[in-house]
Amino acid sequence: MSTPPTSKTPAKKSSNPIPNKERMKMPRQHMPEALPQVRNKQFTEVNLGYSAELARQEALRCIECAKPTCVTDCPVGVKVKDFVQLIVDGDYLGAAAKIREDNVLPAITGRVCPQEDHCEGGCLLNKKGQSLGIGYLERFVADYEQQHFDVSKIVKAAPTGKKVAIVGSGPSGLTAAGDLVTKGHKVHVFEALHEIGGVLVYGIPEFRLPKAIIRQQVDYMRAMGVEFETDVVVGRTITIDELMEEEGYDAVFIGTGAGLPQFMGISGEHLNGVYSANEFLTRINLMHAYEFPKYDEPMVDFRGKNVAVIGGGNTALDAIRSSLRLGAGKAFILYRRSEAEMPARIEEIKHAKEEGIEFQVLAAPLEFLDDGKGWLKGARCQKMELGEPDLSGRRRPVPLPGSEYEIPLAVAIMAIGTTANPIIQTTTPGLATTKKGYIQADDTTQKTSRRGVFAGGDIVTGGATVILAMGAGRRAAKSIHEFLASGEW
Amino acid sequence: MFKILNAQFIAPGIKRFVIEAPRIARKQRPGQFVIIRVNETGERIPLTIEKSDPEKGTVNIVVQSIGKTTHLLNSLETGDSILDMVGPLGKPSEIEKFGTVVVMGGGVGTAMAYPTASAMKRAGNRVITIIGGRNKDLVLLESEMREVSDTVFVTTDDGSYADKGLVTDKLRQLIENGTRIDLVLAVGPIPMMRAVADMTRKERIKTMVSLNPIMIDGTGMCGGCRVLVEGKSEFACVDGPEFDAHRVDFAILVQRNAMYREAEKRSMENYQHEVEQKKTAAPAEDEVACALEGKK
Repeated sequence: MSTPPTSKTPAKKSSNPIPNKERMKMPRQHMPEALPQVRNKQFTEVNLGYSAELARQEALRCIECAKPTCVTDCPVGVKVKDFVQLIVDGDYLGAAAKIREDNVLPAITGRVCPQEDHCEGGCLLNKKGQSLGIGYLERFVADYEQQHFDVSKIVKAAPTGKKVAIVGSGPSGLTAAGDLVTKGHKVHVFEALHEIGGVLVYGIPEFRLPKAIIRQQVDYMRAMGVEFETDVVVGRTITIDELMEEEGYDAVFIGTGAGLPQFMGISGEHLNGVYSANEFLTRINLMHAYEFPKYDEPMVDFRGKNVAVIGGGNTALDAIRSSLRLGAGKAFILYRRSEAEMPARIEEIKHAKEEGIEFQVLAAPLEFLDDGKGWLKGARCQKMELGEPDLSGRRRPVPLPGSEYEIPLAVAIMAIGTTANPIIQTTTPGLATTKKGYIQADDTTQKTSRRGVFAGGDIVTGGATVILAMGAGRRAAKSIHEFLASGEW
Repeated sequence: MFKILNAQFIAPGIKRFVIEAPRIARKQRPGQFVIIRVNETGERIPLTIEKSDPEKGTVNIVVQSIGKTTHLLNSLETGDSILDMVGPLGKPSEIEKFGTVVVMGGGVGTAMAYPTASAMKRAGNRVITIIGGRNKDLVLLESEMREVSDTVFVTTDDGSYADKGLVTDKLRQLIENGTRIDLVLAVGPIPMMRAVADMTRKERIKTMVSLNPIMIDGTGMCGGCRVLVEGKSEFACVDGPEFDAHRVDFAILVQRNAMYREAEKRSMENYQHEVEQKKTAAPAEDEVACALEGKK
């Protein structure tokens, strides 16, 4: 009962002909990229992907550690060393199958994972130079699979007769769905929006993660037997209790993701031209506002205007790089700490700088200024310095007295995080929540306070990354399977 | 896809659709709304639910042609489909026995007010309904409202039907006559709701309004529908759409709703141009049908 086919290659001696010492001297293969001055005007993908030749060259750098930290540092435990060896062998479909044993969304993680925090972070090659390009290799293998693997060959697992509802089709939900369907459970995914993918679709721009890639990964899951239903807001259209009592689901996984966008609570946030990053990115990504008037969703005119994004995470960088592509005259990040504390991926910061994004760090807005007609005309800002570390371990920004200054702005986009979405919590009696309103779930089993109900991803942890949400989906799938098999809570 | 089982103009430019949507029909409560997307390139817009039939699995929506999307929607006929419809969204109206409830509907807002009026009556309230429109044709759901109200007043701006004046004139009369009012619910154009709020604030009559800000996902995710309520940001899709009228900053609502005026105008012009081109290409029988249907 194996859905996607597992690699036929058993663990074996490396076929890599290069001595380990030599491997450590080989330079990391660069990811081919669109030119900064071309790509900053269009929404097509920035990274172009390794060729088979580049992939092999890079794979040959792996020194095949006895205790690979790349595997243990991966939130879903991808067997990096094994799949890299399969690339060396030229068995790309085998490599894809090896990744799929632990990760149902390889073409996505290969593009958006912060590898430096996980697999590549502990890579021993870092000591001599640069880590192995694990993300790039994963992307290569996944893209190769999309072009060469016939999904009709997927063998479906024998049905267990159990039904699982997945609420939300973002990274945690898709991961849980993929893992559960391979166990033979009937899996039905509910999505509130009109497209499958959650934050992958509405949050991450085309130039970083093309929609076609998401669709292909979702089609693969359909071929595995996962059912999808759009336009269902669980909590409104149907409740968790109705799913279990009336529609006969034996278990439910809640992976509804990041919640309501936060604002700073400063004066002028209601002016026209002030957006939440969620709204701005949803208009661009889900609704194609950058293709107006071919698509109906409108966007304010960015051409030649000053645009600032407030925040320093991946969302902030996605928003500011999208602004540039809409024709912003000057696009900059306004971040209250320094660049070292930015939570964004290193590659995104590099790409943003190449494209001409300005970074104004150690600065934050105090108020947004009205042009007298209800539109934003600027911001009054304040400079900061770094003080003692706060709860997050990062040094706390402290306002510098007398450092206030004004900047002209036509658009300001707030990318300062989210708070818990209350829809499910308020419509599911007995579902315990944290002080901040997130769903309480066990760290290892993802069990909530309600029997048969599991939760994971941002709705449990607050805003985090795609791969951390996937890790939660994976843990949930494991314990859902155990629950369905044993009936014990 | 959501199938249109019936589509009929109930006033010039205002169409009622009966749509097959069993999940929504089962859960809809007064005060809630849906978001629709007509086709692949369409925008998402919130629309009023007039009523639903859980047995038949149908939801009625009432749509006034204003911009491109509503014109496009109103060009659809029985048997056509709407690509996406999601709901019911927002918090339901608070229904309890308040005593005397005045329900006010302006134009197409009457469709949103109707299920609440009906529920208020069932909850044992005395329901006084005031509905109005610019002219006789734009007074909606009068007979439906009569069925669920103790008293119905109708106003038209131009006096072409019933009492000449605004719905607020009628409310003022009720207040001046010393009618005891425990709650006012007003749904309609922003100037109307603002005028009601100003009038009842002085009288300290609890007043609820149903707001219609720009909205995309309708689940709280985007924050586009934020309204300023006593200096605090609230999201109409999850905290509303009904709010205490005396706490709402209407000026900001008006300003934010005008944010895309230029783009909306352009979309509308493009759409009209397309329709014109189609007409010249094939002389329209549906135009005749439309004209015939256009009257009640």
